[in-house]
Amino acid sequence: MDLAPLVLSLQIACAAIVVAGVLGVALAALLTRERLPGRDLLDALVTAPTVLPPTVLGYYLLVAIGRRSMIGHAFEQLTGSSIVFTKTGAICAATVGALPIVVKSGRAALEGVDVLLVRAARTLGASPTRAFFTIRLPLAARGIVAALMLAFARSLGDFGVTLMVAGDIPGETQTASLAIYDAIQAHRETEALGMVLVLTAVAIGVLYTVNRLTARRDAH
Amino acid sequence: MPTDALTVKIEVEQQGGFHLDVRFEAAPGITILFGPSGAGKSTTLAAISGLVRPSRGKIALGDDVWFDAEKKLDRPVHLRRVAFVFQSLALFPHMTAAANVAYGMDRGASKDERAARAKKMLERLRVGHLEHRRPATFSGGEAQRVALARAFATNPKVVLFDEPFSAMDRELRNDLVRDLRSFVAELGVPMLHVTHHRGEARALGDRAVLIDGGRVTKEGPVKDVLGEDGDEVVPSAETREGERWGR
Repeated sequence: MDLAPLVLSLQIACAAIVVAGVLGVALAALLTRERLPGRDLLDALVTAPTVLPPTVLGYYLLVAIGRRSMIGHAFEQLTGSSIVFTKTGAICAATVGALPIVVKSGRAALEGVDVLLVRAARTLGASPTRAFFTIRLPLAARGIVAALMLAFARSLGDFGVTLMVAGDIPGETQTASLAIYDAIQAHRETEALGMVLVLTAVAIGVLYTVNRLTARRDAH
Repeated sequence: MPTDALTVKIEVEQQGGFHLDVRFEAAPGITILFGPSGAGKSTTLAAISGLVRPSRGKIALGDDVWFDAEKKLDRPVHLRRVAFVFQSLALFPHMTAAANVAYGMDRGASKDERAARAKKMLERLRVGHLEHRRPATFSGGEAQRVALARAFATNPKVVLFDEPFSAMDRELRNDLVRDLRSFVAELGVPMLHVTHHRGEARALGDRAVLIDGGRVTKEGPVKDVLGEDGDEVVPSAETREGERWGR
């Protein structure tokens, strides 16, 4: 079995989870603010990738980071390579799938922290920022770690958006899920089966760990 | 030592149509806020602390204005320097007793200095042995003492107690009341203490303000407001309703 697609998938998912983690927790924190104008709209926008077809997401991404877009052009000026049809493009695709999971579960974890503890911190002289980093975030940590793991599993398996934005270039953007598709098309069933089993094992392992993590939180 | 009185003249509109309109002054020392559940006592404390924004009125400590609706002045919660002890105590479960107490201390002090002061504070409240332990392992009485230590360690300008002793048995309560009186006398600041318990009110308070239906209906020396005897608790379906305000 060729391990390259699996290794690439892991690398891309790891990078995506860093981006989605930072961005997602920040968005989740923003969405916990009761007085945020347009909160429901922002929530809908962030969640949309979970229900939109991958082709639609891929289209938007191509418009946003394609070679003729502002971002894509600037990136190419800086680095000499485009975003689309490179590993960077694949990371962007994986991030889009991971982000809603981080935001949704992260928000639930942050909102699960007793608001009274945050208020107590405020009366003890903590600014909203300090109260967030010393009270809300540490108390939600377990839930946020669970969210990141789910998001990691999700980005590991992305197919449609990656194909549209990054293509299917062996060694560069051919992730495990794309390689499985190619292997089946070429009747290399054994090779496909190997990768199928690895991806399944990772997914089940992640879900099991997440269950354990969240169950222990409930037991507190 | 500050000797300014706290002036409260506020109106608060709450969801569900409840309208609070209270005016009173609290001199340094302990003032009891007494009244049935849902009368607006907890909301009053929340407004003083800045956790709830009144729709009209003014809150000031001496000449220092904390809130003035007309002038659109609203000092943020963390700059008001109130010590608020909630009914549920709200100790931080992920921190030791010492870290809880040090949390509100002046952050100009070094870490060691804060730790030493936290330890002293815990010892003064007779829970020094809890220093390195977390709240999940405290008994009810211990948790209350740690919460008190945390509140007084901030050098507050105003102390607000929202029935933190409601779940306590009488002996423990009398014990704590003594400690509390000595702290407040030492600080020389106004303290508002919400309670349903007449005995506790008499043991603790100098003055009392009776709140009913969102209005102040009586105020004066504790004995005049609450009567000379009777130790009953005002009937109440008390939960944490008062701690559920927005903001």
